[in-house]
Amino acid sequence: MEVDKKDERESESSEQVVNPWEVSAKDGGKIDYDKLIDKFGCQRLDESLIDRVQRLTSRQPHVFLRRGVFFAHRDFNEILDAYEKGDKFYLYTGRGPSSEALHLGHLIPFMFTKYLQEAFKVPLVIQLTDDEKCMWKNLSVEESQRLARENAKDIIACGFDVTKTFIFSDFDYVGGAFYKNMVKVSKCVTLNKAMGIFGFSGEDHIGKLSFPPVQAVPSFPSSFPHLFPGKDNLRCLIPCAIDQDPYFRMTRDVAPRLGYSKPALIESSFFPALQGENGKMSASDPNSAIYVTDTAKDIKNKINRYAFSGGQDSVEKHRELGANLEVDIPVKYLSFFLEDDSELEHIKKEYGEGRMLTGEVKKRLTEVLTEMVERHRRSRAAVTDEMVDAFMAVRPLPSMFE
Amino acid sequence: MGFSKDQLLNRLQELEIDYTKYEHPPVLTVEAQAKYVSSSEGALSKNLFFKDKKHRYYIVSAMVDTKVDMKVLSQRLGLGKGGIRMAPEEALTQLLQVSLECVTPFAVVNESARDVSLLLDQNFKNQKRCIFHPLSNEVSVSLNTSGLDKFLKSIERDPVYVDLEANPAVGKDQPPDLAVYVPSNSVVIPEISNETSTKQTPPPKSVSAEVKPVASGMPSDVSAKPSKPATKGKSVVVEKSTPLAFKNPEKFVEEIMDKTSALLLSEAKVENVEALAETLRKRLTSELTHLAIMYKNTAYTEGFHAGKHSQPKRL
Repeated sequence: MEVDKKDERESESSEQVVNPWEVSAKDGGKIDYDKLIDKFGCQRLDESLIDRVQRLTSRQPHVFLRRGVFFAHRDFNEILDAYEKGDKFYLYTGRGPSSEALHLGHLIPFMFTKYLQEAFKVPLVIQLTDDEKCMWKNLSVEESQRLARENAKDIIACGFDVTKTFIFSDFDYVGGAFYKNMVKVSKCVTLNKAMGIFGFSGEDHIGKLSFPPVQAVPSFPSSFPHLFPGKDNLRCLIPCAIDQDPYFRMTRDVAPRLGYSKPALIESSFFPALQGENGKMSASDPNSAIYVTDTAKDIKNKINRYAFSGGQDSVEKHRELGANLEVDIPVKYLSFFLEDDSELEHIKKEYGEGRMLTGEVKKRLTEVLTEMVERHRRSRAAVTDEMVDAFMAVRPLPSMFE
Repeated sequence: MGFSKDQLLNRLQELEIDYTKYEHPPVLTVEAQAKYVSSSEGALSKNLFFKDKKHRYYIVSAMVDTKVDMKVLSQRLGLGKGGIRMAPEEALTQLLQVSLECVTPFAVVNESARDVSLLLDQNFKNQKRCIFHPLSNEVSVSLNTSGLDKFLKSIERDPVYVDLEANPAVGKDQPPDLAVYVPSNSVVIPEISNETSTKQTPPPKSVSAEVKPVASGMPSDVSAKPSKPATKGKSVVVEKSTPLAFKNPEKFVEEIMDKTSALLLSEAKVENVEALAETLRKRLTSELTHLAIMYKNTAYTEGFHAGKHSQPKRL
């Protein structure tokens, strides 16, 4: 599961393409999220739901909710209905460990999931799809396992509570009850259907074909007998990027046939590359994103040199016309990471009307990101191999709902 | 308490390692030891305990005749020419939990020595048996290197044998060949008297496994960072104080107080005390919660480790 905009195949379609392995906009423009919601058949996350979250959790909704980063959902209202009645749920998210270098876009689903864990006081399972990356990126088994563990450290550094979190890698955990569910799911999806949903072809190896059930079954509590024994009706909420929707459309389709509840989803938009919405964040171009290993100097440099600015060419023109907030990356990034709503509004107003210059906006962004990356690094330094072992141990979590 | 000689010998027996034991009056030097254990029983060893400028520690165990040139060793470790020197006595007692005269490869059995790198003389491998102190200078044991290896593997250490007399060139195109054995963690030894060896980098700046002073009642620190010295070659990343803040209650509280007072002082111009309290709450809650979670995770991990390694009750 990755928010990775790297193209696997060149597509010149006049339609936008969004699936787990490819994300590209129509004619090199911006992703049309309204169309996407329509096409996928999910719902917009509206104000009323956000208010409800605030009431139920007695705290300010996460910045990603307030700013519409997580903007779509399936059955989130039902999760909230049940929660109000005292029926809890558990969270499920994951990462495809394809590289050691994590950038801010990768952290977004985890930052949001951590908030959900704290706000609703519910347990969380995190799947590391090392098998998927071994197959799709042609990594060796050992390398993908190693990357899974390294990524686990960055994930843990986001601040998950070890008494409520189970991290697992597919190579380690698949088997037993998990595998039984995989087989049950597999029986319900024909080859044709899989090819239709995921775009597989006769040229793809059978490993790829058999992967989707692996990502589907963590949605079912019976896959984790050590965590949820006897709680077969426990609902599941999946925070993820919207390109993962196909996996869970399939899962939701299959669930009733197995007598399981459908998992609910809460989905995010894509994090833009430094060069702009049309650019692609690519592991091979270190200047397309801010990495968690970047120093303060690197961050300042990258923002100043590569962050696409919506400001005008000259100061005079800028003061006259103001900045184009639609394409400006620094403001976009601030809308993701600047906590203070009023400060963001102020910046948007001043910058959009030409009174604030790009340099100032970039400076503020550099501050915000440096603080974030610094904090992440400090936490990361405290994550030992033993801590990873503890998070990944197949153990009960007695205080998971406290 | 650190491992005792008897505990060590019991462990060797449990592992079915073949060794011969010699008891003798306490010996302070190899020459003295040689009087009681003849060379026909095995090759005597000299054991040196070094530290480098970044508070990383090394045991070098060699045949008596092997020349150990500290300058060369320092270069081969990638520490420059004068990068290592003999470790002070406090380090010996606190990290290895043995007295001055009985530095021995077996000392790495102690948790406190987790981050000490152990380098063994390649020449040991040609000997039928080699002689080391089993954590006491009143006893010597002779055993084959395969026995020593078995013991080391049982405590999750890879035995490292090095040609100690080699003097390979170290330069731009020839990286230091022993650099991979530099521990990835440095160790802070709390000074009871005046600072001697730890002056270069003040303790809070290094990523450290804290060794609590014996006086506090805790024996060897169970929670030292578990990374193996023999496997990582990168130098230690110098971080600011937080790793300690995640482990040590006092540092944890100190970190909280530091952040709170810093914010308080910077916001002091606000007239309304209630508003100030609100601001503090708003700005600090998320950060302090994060700190607390890392603290909790660290404590849980230490418990997990203890659980994994706890021995069943002996009946």
